[in-house]
Amino acid sequence: MSASLAAPAPGGFGRITLRLVLIGAVLLLALLPVLNRLPMDSALHVSDFIVSITGKWITYAVLALAIDLAWGYAGILSLGHGAFFALGGYAIGMHLMRLIGPRGVYGHPTLPDFMVFLGYQELPWYWLGFDHFPFAVFMAMAVPGSLALVVGFLAFRSRITGVYLSIITQALTYALMLAFFRNDMGFGGNNGFTDFKELLGMPLNTSSARSTLFYASLILLLGALWLCTIVTRSKLGRVLVAIRDAESRVRFLGYNVTNHKLFVFVLSAMIAGLAGALYVPQVGIINPGEFSPGNSIEAVIWVAVGGRGSLVGALLGAFSVNALKTWLTTVAPDLWLFALGGLFVAVTLFLPRGLIGLFSKAPK
Amino acid sequence: MKRSLLGFLLVLLLALPASAQDHLATALTGLGDGFGQTAEAVERLGALGDPRAIPLLRALQDGTLRRTPAGTVLLPDDTDAMTGAKADAAGAEGVRINNRVRQVLRGALGRLQLVSPDAVERLAAAEAVFRTPGLENVPLLQAALARETVPRIRAQLELALAASQLRADDPAGKRDAIARLGTAATTEARALLIEARIVNPELATAINVSIAAIEQRLQLRRIAETLFQGLSLGSVLLLAALGLAVTFGVMGVINMAHGEFVMLGAYATFMVQELCRGIPWLAPWALPLAVPAAFLLTAAAGALLERGLIRHLYGRPLETLLMTFGVGMILQQAVRLAFGAQNREVISPAWMQGTLLLPGGIAVTQNRLWIIVFGIAVLLVVVAAIRFTRFGLEMRAVVQNRRIAATMGIRTGRVDAMTFAFGSGLAGLAGVALSQIDNVSPNLGTGYIIDSFMVVVFGGVGSLAGTLVGALTLGVVNKMLEPYAGAVLAKVFVLVAIMLFIQRRPRGLFALKGRAAES
Amino acid sequence: MNASPASGTRPAPDPILYLDGVSVVFDGFKALNGLSLIVDPGELRAIIGPNGAGKTTMMDVITGKTRPTAGVVRFREHDLTRLDEATIANLGIGRKFQKPTMFDALTVFENLELALKAPRGPLACLRWVLDRGARRRIEQVLEEVGLTARMHDRAAILSHGQRQWLEIGMLLMQDPELLLVDEPVAGMTDQETEHTAALLVRIAGQRSVVVVEHDLEFVRALGSKVTVLCEGAMLSEGSIDHVQNDPRVIEVYLGR
Repeated sequence: MSASLAAPAPGGFGRITLRLVLIGAVLLLALLPVLNRLPMDSALHVSDFIVSITGKWITYAVLALAIDLAWGYAGILSLGHGAFFALGGYAIGMHLMRLIGPRGVYGHPTLPDFMVFLGYQELPWYWLGFDHFPFAVFMAMAVPGSLALVVGFLAFRSRITGVYLSIITQALTYALMLAFFRNDMGFGGNNGFTDFKELLGMPLNTSSARSTLFYASLILLLGALWLCTIVTRSKLGRVLVAIRDAESRVRFLGYNVTNHKLFVFVLSAMIAGLAGALYVPQVGIINPGEFSPGNSIEAVIWVAVGGRGSLVGALLGAFSVNALKTWLTTVAPDLWLFALGGLFVAVTLFLPRGLIGLFSKAPK
Repeated sequence: MKRSLLGFLLVLLLALPASAQDHLATALTGLGDGFGQTAEAVERLGALGDPRAIPLLRALQDGTLRRTPAGTVLLPDDTDAMTGAKADAAGAEGVRINNRVRQVLRGALGRLQLVSPDAVERLAAAEAVFRTPGLENVPLLQAALARETVPRIRAQLELALAASQLRADDPAGKRDAIARLGTAATTEARALLIEARIVNPELATAINVSIAAIEQRLQLRRIAETLFQGLSLGSVLLLAALGLAVTFGVMGVINMAHGEFVMLGAYATFMVQELCRGIPWLAPWALPLAVPAAFLLTAAAGALLERGLIRHLYGRPLETLLMTFGVGMILQQAVRLAFGAQNREVISPAWMQGTLLLPGGIAVTQNRLWIIVFGIAVLLVVVAAIRFTRFGLEMRAVVQNRRIAATMGIRTGRVDAMTFAFGSGLAGLAGVALSQIDNVSPNLGTGYIIDSFMVVVFGGVGSLAGTLVGALTLGVVNKMLEPYAGAVLAKVFVLVAIMLFIQRRPRGLFALKGRAAES
Repeated sequence: MNASPASGTRPAPDPILYLDGVSVVFDGFKALNGLSLIVDPGELRAIIGPNGAGKTTMMDVITGKTRPTAGVVRFREHDLTRLDEATIANLGIGRKFQKPTMFDALTVFENLELALKAPRGPLACLRWVLDRGARRRIEQVLEEVGLTARMHDRAAILSHGQRQWLEIGMLLMQDPELLLVDEPVAGMTDQETEHTAALLVRIAGQRSVVVVEHDLEFVRALGSKVTVLCEGAMLSEGSIDHVQNDPRVIEVYLGR
């Protein structure tokens, strides 16, 4: 294997140290639901709030990984990754809606409340199959993946790169947002989906459901990290870096750049879709606001803050920015947008390699 | 009581010799005795064709007509409606009307005004009679037609006549009427015909021909109006995209805060309006004053942004994109804190309000018309600035070859700042225009920024002609799709169409060719 | 279009590269103006010409970067005007750019590994394992271009001359049938220049090599047939002595 040659250890902060820190962090995360079971008065007790918000952050971290894979390695700055995340969320949301069954306000045996309200007589065809959990999970990957395939094919084939691609993907998520706001799309319009009852037979409002979803997210995170590591350490990863830095030169070496970019873009979209699928049952709602262009670009800044081109950096960014957000929106809500905007400016101007860059020697 | 009796006698005295006024007096009988009788009296007055009834009925409509206990009907200036002489107003009470009377009144006034000396009034009357057709109008209309010389009024009279004739029993007259209605392009005429078709099944073929003719004309008008709305939206997009065409198209700097500059321009308009509000002679000039104010404010903000931040990121477009997005966020939040999140109202000056009716019945709103004019004017200014000024020359030189330009003594940094400031100032101008048609709120810009980028990408980066054609095309296509797909789906379709279009022409409509464009 | 070569006087084997009447117009400016060029298998050809003669545009046309406005461009039996860059590269045409271009974030070794002739698809790249044979091949080329000591350094920190060598190395890794080499010795020492000339001459035995160069001493060292381009068309062709004595060439280079 050329892996040892391929990616030189990130300088002073050795790879071993990095790996140890990572393992420690994962173990710490894994401990949270356990600590949540401790009696309230225990010094080590962790509140429900901490568990649920950390579970949410883990899905954000997966989204950050997906963005980093496309942007940090292949140079595809998608400002529409929130759309893939949201589509995955909607897929699982449809399943959750089907599981409500007759427990809705209107008590209709099959139709979700909003459909009864809007006068639907029967389920639209595209809702069929979503009563099966495996199908919903499959769709949470397949729908974002297919969308990425079509958009990516059109864009990469005609060599739309850089900011043009960013604008196009932003327009894409904007268009999806507008479309999902419509009631006649059959996705609950403005209100989206909420009032979920259960998933895989477990009621969602229990702490056991919370910890199950938490561990599922953690497993997804580790799986995604493993997959992204394989990709980036392989020769494909080096081709992607080459494409990022000098796309046309890669073509003259005989690589069909479109295929490589498409591969990584679709993979990234599917990871983002799965992240969304785990996000929705944890927050208990999905609505068209998730498609808003602001969400996607906020996720991009997590990666920028953490350090793009470094998978660990993406995770670091997702957790730290969201922690900052949670803290600041409670302490001084008016300041949060200033802080976020300031992060955009500060990171691009002063910290182009992100937080992770602080720990490693500059390569140049 | 004594005085009113005296008044009554006086009236009698005056009325007796005036036998010519008898028919007017007869017609007046019952006016004010109750709503039903009042309505009948009004009906009679309308059929009379006597111009003296006009002020009377107007007063009745305005609620200023009074009647003395003796039955004398008084105009607001205390003159007898019949004789025109001063009358004793003692004990006079207003004649009350209800909706039924009001309706009759409108028709009656309309009929009477057919003979008014004022052409505008005659036209209005003809339109009014058209809306209240009836057999009793036919002689009146025919008489009016015989005298009428103004073509537009004649057309309206003929329509009204047709509408009234349709109520008659005379088949020839009906056919005549149906044919005449077919030449009108109004929904009223169509409604009349559809109504007539139910009552006269034997005339259905003729009626259908006329309806088809009307629909064709209505269709044409709809197309014209859609086109206007499309051009209006297009000119809004043009205004928003022109600044981008300079900063993104010419300089290659992607400024995601452009939408926020547009928003700043709108708030500048609001502030100028508030400043002018206290000074009466200045208030009407608020909007024209806002144009330079908004330009200067956003240009200064742009220059600051370019010199302070963007300059450090040249050659790194993705970072520039993210950084400027952050700046946009900060600007938005700052404005939200300073002015509040709710909408601010910018009042359009009087000359921009209202609707203009073009020939063929095409209705255009004044403010949208002005925005089209403004958009074209700004485009011309931009073209002139780039083509004919020293600044434009330096700008083009720096874009083409920065190093050579620098060796020729051009201070490229200053040109960069000025170019960016110019583009940002244009965003401010777009904000002035948007303040007239949209809510002035902190997120005003977000709604336009994506569309504006689409315009630039679609039209071809770096081409003003492309920006113009791109903006107008997108505007018109959007508005054309709207009736079929709804506003939201129309937008979605347009976005998808642009993506497909880029497949065929990745560099937009007006692509630059050659080596420079290849890199 | 007639498929057979226009010049029937040549009894030579089928040409590997065949350009006929190739024109490229940018906004009215004719970068190439009816250029015709024939390169035989195994031939080494030098191309010289003043700035703006169309040398780089010619390479762009052959490698699929620029589509010709008119004319025929063939590589063996393939019509290059219809193919994209990657397909053309995979047919066996390698190119070294005037300004050495490589992947700065990757090491010297990785740059060569990417260039190594191997399946190019994304999945093939994902499964790719560097075997003994591939490693030896890379090490050979490293030796050849004198970069063995720097194999683990990032390309970004190489000197200009080393970058030239690395790009030549990448070209060798591709194992192409036709090498297009644009100004290979700019920034090299005299010794390196000699080494490069020897290398290209050695390669030319099995492959065809087209070299664009300003350095006439270097061109002389190649000892090959020389084509002089001017204003997008061929001005003169023959040995270096022949073209140096051609009055038209003298006029172009010195006359103005």
